[in-house]
Amino acid sequence: MKTLVYIDHFKGDVQPASWEALGLAKSFGSAIAVVFGSGVDTVAKTALEYGADEVFVADDPALLDFRAETYAATLTALASSSTPNLILFPTTTRTRELAAMSAVDLGSNVITDAIGIEVNGDSVVVTRPIYEGKLFEKVTCSGAPQFVTIRGRAFPKPEQQAGRSGAITKVEAKTDALTTVEGYSVAEVGVSLSDAGVIVSGGRGVSNNPSLQPPPGLDDKQAEIWRAQQGFTFIGELASTLGGAVGASRAAVDAGYIPYSNQVGQTGKVVAPDLYIACGISGAIQHLAGIRSAKMVVAINKDADAPIFKVARYGVVGDLFQIVPALTEAFKRKLGK
Amino acid sequence: MKIIACIKQVPDSEAKVRADNGAVNWGDAPLVINPFDEYAVEGALQQKEATSGASSSLSTVTALCIGPESAKEALKHALAMGVDDTILVSDPALNNIDTVGAARVLAAAIQKIGGVDMVVFGRQTLDSGSGLTPAQTARVLGWSMLGLAGQIKVEERSVTVDRVIEEGRQSVKAKLPAVISVVQSIGEPRYPSFMGIRKASKATIPVWSLSDLGISAPEAIVKRAELVNPPARESTIEIIGGESPAEIAEKLADKLIAEKAL
Repeated sequence: MKTLVYIDHFKGDVQPASWEALGLAKSFGSAIAVVFGSGVDTVAKTALEYGADEVFVADDPALLDFRAETYAATLTALASSSTPNLILFPTTTRTRELAAMSAVDLGSNVITDAIGIEVNGDSVVVTRPIYEGKLFEKVTCSGAPQFVTIRGRAFPKPEQQAGRSGAITKVEAKTDALTTVEGYSVAEVGVSLSDAGVIVSGGRGVSNNPSLQPPPGLDDKQAEIWRAQQGFTFIGELASTLGGAVGASRAAVDAGYIPYSNQVGQTGKVVAPDLYIACGISGAIQHLAGIRSAKMVVAINKDADAPIFKVARYGVVGDLFQIVPALTEAFKRKLGK
Repeated sequence: MKIIACIKQVPDSEAKVRADNGAVNWGDAPLVINPFDEYAVEGALQQKEATSGASSSLSTVTALCIGPESAKEALKHALAMGVDDTILVSDPALNNIDTVGAARVLAAAIQKIGGVDMVVFGRQTLDSGSGLTPAQTARVLGWSMLGLAGQIKVEERSVTVDRVIEEGRQSVKAKLPAVISVVQSIGEPRYPSFMGIRKASKATIPVWSLSDLGISAPEAIVKRAELVNPPARESTIEIIGGESPAEIAEKLADKLIAEKAL
C-alpha cells in the first residue's frame, strides 16, 4: 500500500494529528509525507524525523498562504503523477477543503473524521462517527486515490527520531488563484480542544453562584454572564494548571458565557482527552456523545441526579465554585507548580 | 444580487439515534432544518439586506434543498425566516448519494437558476457531518470557495470574508460569484416572523427532478458498509465526599494522579 500523508501546518506550526496520520500510514506500508508552503524545509525535515520514507515538497511563494484552490490543484497534480492508493490528512479546517476539492478533481471522494481504519489489500474500511457521535458507520471509498482525514488523538503519535534523514523531493506548485489572502488576526489560542490531553469544561451551572456580587449597573442577564465569567476563570485556572484546554456545553455557549469555539458536543467539537472534568454540566445527549472518546470523565455538579454522573468515573456532588479552586490548589501542590 | 442558501433536513439534535437492522432510527424525533444551515439562511439574509440599497435591483435569497417530500418543511422554515423563494430537488434516485453527488446536483440546480452571485452553506450537517459539500460544490462550479466565514462583506463585485480557523481569523477576498460556508459567529439566526409564517403556510414549493436538471443520478463513491452502535461506556462511578472542599479536592487529586489520568 502506497500512502501520501499531507502535513498540515500554519506558518510552520504543524497540526499534531499530521504526525498521527504519518504513524498510521507507516503501519500500512510506504508513507510519503507531503508538505506545501513557502520556506518549509524545517517542516519537511521534521516529517522525516517522524518516520516519513520520503517527503514531497511544493515550496513556492504563491503557496505561502493556504488557499483551497492552489493547494488542491497542487495536490491533484502530485496525486496524478505519483498514484498513491491512499492520501491521509489530519482533520483540520484547511484539509477538509483541500481534500474535498482535490477528490472532485480526481473523480474520488473523501472520508472524514476517521477513528478506525482496517486495511484490505490496497483498500481501507474506515470507521467514523455520525449524528454527533451517537452512531458509528464503516465506509469505503471506490475512487482512486482514497482520501481519508483522521480525527486528532484517535491514532498513536509516532516517536520523533532526531537527526533521521531521507530524500526530500521538490514537486511543482500550481499557483492559479481565485482568492487573495488579505491578512490574519491570530488569536492567543491555548491548547486546542481537539489536541488536548485534559479538558476542563463548564456548563449552565457556572453562573449559579448567588453569593458573588456583580458590579452595580448590570441587568439580570448581564449579571448572570458576569457570574459565569467568574466561574470560567476558576475553570481556566484548573485547565492551565493541568496543561489542558477549556471547554463548554452548548447551554453555556448559547447563554453567551463563552465563545462557540469552546463548545464540546453538538458537532461543536468531538473531543478525545485522557481526562475530561465536567463542571456544572448536566449532560445533555449531544454533550455525552461529544465526550464519548474521553478516557476518563470526572463530574462536579450540585445535582446528584444529573445524567453526567452516569458516564463519570469520579463524581463530586457539590458547588463547583468551592471544589474547582480547591482542586487547582491541590494539583498545584502535588504537581509541584 | 442573487443569493442561494443551501439547506438540508436532519433529525433534531435531541434525538436518540440508533442503528436498527442496518438503518438509522431516530424514533419519533422531529425532522428539522439542519441547525448550521439556519446560520446559512441568516448570513444570506444579512447580505440581501446589506446589498439591496446599493444596487439598482433588489437582492433576493432562494433556499435550495435536496431531499424527500418531507424536506419541504425545512424550506418552509427558511421562508418563515424571510427568504424570497425555495426549490426542492427531489428524486428517488438521490436516496443514496454521497457529498460529491450532492455537490453535482446542487451545482446543476444553481446553473439552472442562473445569474447566481453567491451560494451560502452551513459549515456541516448534523447527520453525516463531513462538511465537504460546500467546497465540492465550489469546485464543480469552478467558483471561489470561502469557507468557515464568521463575517461577510460585499463591495462591488467582490466579497471579503473572515475565515475562522484553528489559529484565529484569516481574511480572504474573491470575485463573485463565490461559494461561502458560514460558522456561528455570523450571528444568531432570526426567529420566523408572523408574516413569514403566514407566507410559508401558503407557499407552494417548486420541486425539480433530475430530468428537470438534465443530469443522471450520480453514483456514490463513498459508500456505507455497516452501521454500528457505539460501545456503551462502562463506568462505575465513585462519589468523592468529605468534610470540606479542600478534603474532597485532596482525595480527588490523589485518585487522578494514582490512575495516571494526567
